[in-house]
Amino acid sequence: MRPAPFDYVAPTTIEEVVALLAEHGEDAKIVAGGQSLIPMMALRLARPAVLVDIGGVDSLQHVGPGSIGAGVTQATLEREAPHPLLAEVLPLIAHPAIRNRGTIGGSIAHADPAAELPAVALLCDAELVARGPAGERVIAAVDFFESYLTTALAPDEVLTEIRFPTHHRTGFAFREVSRRHGDFALVGAGARVTVDRAGDVVDQRLVFIGVGSTPVIAEDASELEPSDDVHATAAYRKHVAGVLARDVLLTARSRA
Amino acid sequence: MSEHQVELMVNGKPRRATVEGRQTLADALRVELELTGTHVGCEHGVCGSCTVLVDGAPVRSCLMLAVQANGRSVTTVEGLAHGANMHPVRQGFYECHSFQCGFCTPGIVMTTAAFLAGNPSPTEHEVRESLAGNLCRCTGYQSIVEGVQRAAELMREG
Ligand SMILES: Cc1cc2nc3c(=O)[nH]c(=O)nc-3n(C[C@H](O)[C@H](O)[C@H](O)COP(=O)(O)OP(=O)(O)OC[C@H]3O[C@@H](n4cnc5c(N)ncnc54)[C@H](O)[C@@H]3O)c2cc1C
Ligand code: FES
Ligand code: FES
Repeated sequence: MRPAPFDYVAPTTIEEVVALLAEHGEDAKIVAGGQSLIPMMALRLARPAVLVDIGGVDSLQHVGPGSIGAGVTQATLEREAPHPLLAEVLPLIAHPAIRNRGTIGGSIAHADPAAELPAVALLCDAELVARGPAGERVIAAVDFFESYLTTALAPDEVLTEIRFPTHHRTGFAFREVSRRHGDFALVGAGARVTVDRAGDVVDQRLVFIGVGSTPVIAEDASELEPSDDVHATAAYRKHVAGVLARDVLLTARSRA
Repeated sequence: MSEHQVELMVNGKPRRATVEGRQTLADALRVELELTGTHVGCEHGVCGSCTVLVDGAPVRSCLMLAVQANGRSVTTVEGLAHGANMHPVRQGFYECHSFQCGFCTPGIVMTTAAFLAGNPSPTEHEVRESLAGNLCRCTGYQSIVEGVQRAAELMREG
């Protein structure tokens, strides 16, 4: 099993990345950690003619409380945990050997509906910064995830940065159920709860993964329409989603 | 199709190779550098048998391109020694008979070496979690868990 032949290029600036994507169009593909793309290439589900490695672009590597570069590895985020929700979620993603290569930007751009980081982006109302031939634009997380492995990014755009707005008097929590630790979740739920000075809840959001073609924002689990697959039935997923939702709402509330 | 010259440190020695862009690190180690201790099972990131250390951290060598390892330092199971002696992980696995066919063993040994470096006194639960990314079709894992615990003991004794 080998990927089909391609040209490998390793630019060091974001301008070069954008120029390469503009030059090669649909034939080019960005590789970040390669932890989703290389398996797809090995299985020949993806056959880019040009592979643009963004691992050497230093401007994608910053980590701060309000902003994270798209190229930062999941292992670095686990260690530095610039947001409390990331500290809770990162250990649930795959295994250390995969987190050592996989990036936050790669996970969000890949947009697997069972992946955790897209749900984090929705829970935090993250702003996703993209660079393309026309310059920079900022996409709200709620407008980013369009369908299974499909996002608002154009083929000639690169995700550069994930911005996390500050939420006051707000708690976050995330939980999931998977067959083994590190497997993709069968179902997961995350909550964000904001309280006022008196401690009363004034705002909340629930996000579910593994229950649709994208991560799903819902008022509660009864709205979900998951489907059956070899791993679990729709009814099981919906039931577990309800149990997890109650749990993460209470936990997020206690942390607010 | 691009070809690349790569220079990397492998088990402490500088090595060079000419690789195709699509060649994985696992492939380059086994074919170009003739280090066949690194095993290749699923070739898409699921089984863990190809795990090696890159700059000291475990990675799936089937999910990293050889050209991406240019300038890096790679440790394979062949390089996992403790002076003239066996590395404690290998010693622990040997004492507890932590393998049957041995296909999964190099990946599990490398995963365990990195795991114990960060957590010298793991609980049994932590040991089992640390093995969740490595598949073994033979042992049922019991003897591997014992081997990891024995290795931790040997490392603590120094
Ligand atoms: C065995 C296994 C288990 C896993 N388990 C989980 C899990 O439980 N949960 C989970 O969330 N993930 C899991 N993953 C996936 C892992 O988290 C990947 O690292 C992640 O999905 C992709 O990140 P990457 O940096 O490796 O991206 P890559 O594989 O390099 O790229 C993925 C896609 O995103 C595009 N892309 C990457 N970066 C950018 C960018 N900056 N701008 C625009 N496009 C970009 C690429 O072109 C490609 O289409 C697992 C992977 C494996 C192999
Ligand atoms: S061969 Fe690399 S994980 Fe299976
Ligand atoms: S000993 Fe045979 S696969 Fe593990």
